[in-house]
Amino acid sequence: MLAFILRRLAQSIVVMGVVALISFMLFRYVGDPVASLLGQDSRLEDFEDLRQRLGLNDPFYVQFGRFVGNALQGEFGISYRLQTPVTELIMSRLPATIELAFASALIALVFGLSLGVFTALKPRSFLTGVVMTLSLVGVSLPTFLIGIGLIYVFAVELQWLPSFGRGQVVDLGWWKTGLLTESGLRSLILPAITLSLFQLTLIMRLVRAEMLEVLRQDYIKFARARGLSNRAINFGHALKNTMVPVITITGLQLGSVIAFSIVTETVFQWPGVGSLFINSVQVVDVPVMAAYLMFIAFVFVVINLIVDILYYAVDPRLRINASGSGK
Amino acid sequence: MSEPIVSVRNLVVEFPLRRGLFTAVNGVSFDIMPGEILGVVGESGAGKSMTGSAIIGLIDRPGRIASGEVYLSGQRIDNLPPDEMAKLRGKRIGMVFQDPLTSLNPLYTIGEQLIETIRRHLPMNEAQARQRAIDLLAEAGIPSPETRIDSYPHQFSGGMRQRVVIALALSAEPDLIIADEPTSALDVSVQAQIIRVLKQLCESRGAAVMLVTHDMGVIAETATRMIVMNKGKIVETGSVGDIIKRPQEEYTINLINSIPSIKDETRRHDVPPAATPLVQVKNLTRDFDLSPGMLDRMLKGSKRTVVKAVQDVSFNIRKGSTYGLVGESGSGKSTCARMLVGLIKPTNGQVLLEGDDIWAGGSGTQQRRQRVQMIFQDPYASLNPRWRVGDIIAEPMRALKLVANKREAEERVADLLEKVRLDPISMRKFPHEFSGGQRQRIAIARALSSQPEFIVCDEPTSALDVSVQAQVLDLMRSLQDEYGLTYLLISHNLAVVRQMADDVGVMSKGVLVEQGQVDDIFDNPQAEYTQMLLNAVPDISKVN
Repeated sequence: MLAFILRRLAQSIVVMGVVALISFMLFRYVGDPVASLLGQDSRLEDFEDLRQRLGLNDPFYVQFGRFVGNALQGEFGISYRLQTPVTELIMSRLPATIELAFASALIALVFGLSLGVFTALKPRSFLTGVVMTLSLVGVSLPTFLIGIGLIYVFAVELQWLPSFGRGQVVDLGWWKTGLLTESGLRSLILPAITLSLFQLTLIMRLVRAEMLEVLRQDYIKFARARGLSNRAINFGHALKNTMVPVITITGLQLGSVIAFSIVTETVFQWPGVGSLFINSVQVVDVPVMAAYLMFIAFVFVVINLIVDILYYAVDPRLRINASGSGK
Repeated sequence: MSEPIVSVRNLVVEFPLRRGLFTAVNGVSFDIMPGEILGVVGESGAGKSMTGSAIIGLIDRPGRIASGEVYLSGQRIDNLPPDEMAKLRGKRIGMVFQDPLTSLNPLYTIGEQLIETIRRHLPMNEAQARQRAIDLLAEAGIPSPETRIDSYPHQFSGGMRQRVVIALALSAEPDLIIADEPTSALDVSVQAQIIRVLKQLCESRGAAVMLVTHDMGVIAETATRMIVMNKGKIVETGSVGDIIKRPQEEYTINLINSIPSIKDETRRHDVPPAATPLVQVKNLTRDFDLSPGMLDRMLKGSKRTVVKAVQDVSFNIRKGSTYGLVGESGSGKSTCARMLVGLIKPTNGQVLLEGDDIWAGGSGTQQRRQRVQMIFQDPYASLNPRWRVGDIIAEPMRALKLVANKREAEERVADLLEKVRLDPISMRKFPHEFSGGQRQRIAIARALSSQPEFIVCDEPTSALDVSVQAQVLDLMRSLQDEYGLTYLLISHNLAVVRQMADDVGVMSKGVLVEQGQVDDIFDNPQAEYTQMLLNAVPDISKVN
């Protein structure tokens, strides 16, 4: 187990190293940072001076080493656009994104799992047909359209829920949360549903397909032949076996919920990391883009690690193989 | 006379399919007495498994019992509501399935599965159920059940898993056990043990057993009475001895005749003993490194583990003869075959084809490959389902550039299909349009298409019904006579080897324990392992 985690950690470090290299290349070769820092009417000497001060004349590997060293300490430089440290900027935006991502992940998991199990167990029911048809809509409609549609129905026409922003937030010192105020919770509903819809349908269809497959297995037939109750068979034997492949996909999907909340955040003007990224792209704010890249890579690496460990916990066959004893 | 445990009367099982009604079981009636083992034989599709499923009420959709009655100790059970039926399953009717590797849930320990089943049927607490589970495992012949109970299914071998499955089926002391091909997936020696366990358990408990199998040998050794089924109907019923020795119906007579026996001494042709060896295998060795990763070795201090799959095996195959290689699973016979055709590289040793080393590499590789071909076990898996038969058969010719153009290839394919007794029009079809036996013919045609001299056949008939097996073996024999082919026949079925081979080698744990002429080995085995193997074979000649 320990060796397995260590091996995965080593792989994660390699991944992060490669991403760091790409981020650094962004820094170095996408546009001239000095040109963005100084105005067009600056003197050539000022350019040279600034280059020297920022260490841009040093060899490639020295600069990359410095970049990695800074990154390890959480330093990603200063945003060109806002003139504040990138780390501070991202940290101030992060709570909004995390809360949104977790709310929608929760919705996607709870509804995706239960609907998936339901449609697998009652493949012939009318309701299954309805759910499966609707799920096609969920998979095929683009996120922004769903967001705009929801805004139109619930915010404009019905006026039940706010159409943008995060509502009131409570400052816990290190974390600004919208979960403790009514307006904050109300603002969360629409964007969370929008962001979760695609994942929800994906998880649902995956669970359904896997479960149908598992229900065909011999050990389920044998469980029936032993007279176990339907409950024990469906939720004990079948569901646990269904979870093995579902965990992987779901884990990766949760990563992309955080990473690709950009569209939803833009539609709902959600003050999260995603909208920060979009704004930075528009003005070529390279430090923010690089830091965002590193951050997303980090999220994926961490989630993957957790998924692998979960896999290990669920499936005893892996435990044995890794410990090297066959019998 | 006591009352039968189960009586089936005029049972009809139907499957409404798109193309009309398919009757899987058609008017089947029989009784099983307490303590009796009733064997049900028939080829695949005969409806024997379906009869078992109908009794326990587990017919897959859209099948249903159309008419007829099933009585369990006098109580009618076929029309019970699903809830009532579920309570009967496990408690009064137990079932054992064919494949022990897939009938246990891989994510739970066997103890969890046993205790769950016991507590479902019997009023016991956790500790009592656990004790009973341990007793059951001990009874089914699992050594040190107290510690093994907390193991997961994958930590057991196939035979041990089948014992666990039997323990599970018996956990609530059912009156009737339906065993559906309980030993077909197991090695002969393990098969014999499982048959013994099953027999003992029903004797000691007075349970009735319905033993469904395609293997007449198993029935001969186990059952008292038997039913022969064909196309959903009962062809013949009677005592095992009567049916095997004096079959009445034509279908049964043909079925019995197509079963090879290990006592069968009819030889078909004589290979001159002085014939030059075509294939020489010299000190063949293959190791598999199964060591854990470097990190594991450093952290846990675990050692390198090297499995010696094949150790120092040497034999010669005479030109135009058939060399049979027998042994149980894991004995290294398939590894040997793969090295002979050039699929895996030997760690040590040589395979010489008329003096040329197959593994020499260099310029002659193509020619050597052309002279050796292989036929695999599973005709359902060895043909690409997305390719037409014509392309499948022509592929070796194309790969080895034996044909100049498409027309020539097609002519050759048509010719090959005729040789394996298939209609040349078949080349336009896809593999799924053929039955198992026809597919194996296609596989043979593919092997022949590069005009090889030496064909390695790895369990060529073990996925086939006995009558189809007889046809395929027949075909292989006549092709051998026609083209002077040399075969290496790998099989766990000793009767098939006796029928086909001229010489035989017996492998155990990677070592060739004995080899010689087929009659010498079968009639007068020297090695202890060979004697054990021959004794374990359930054979129709052993019926009394």
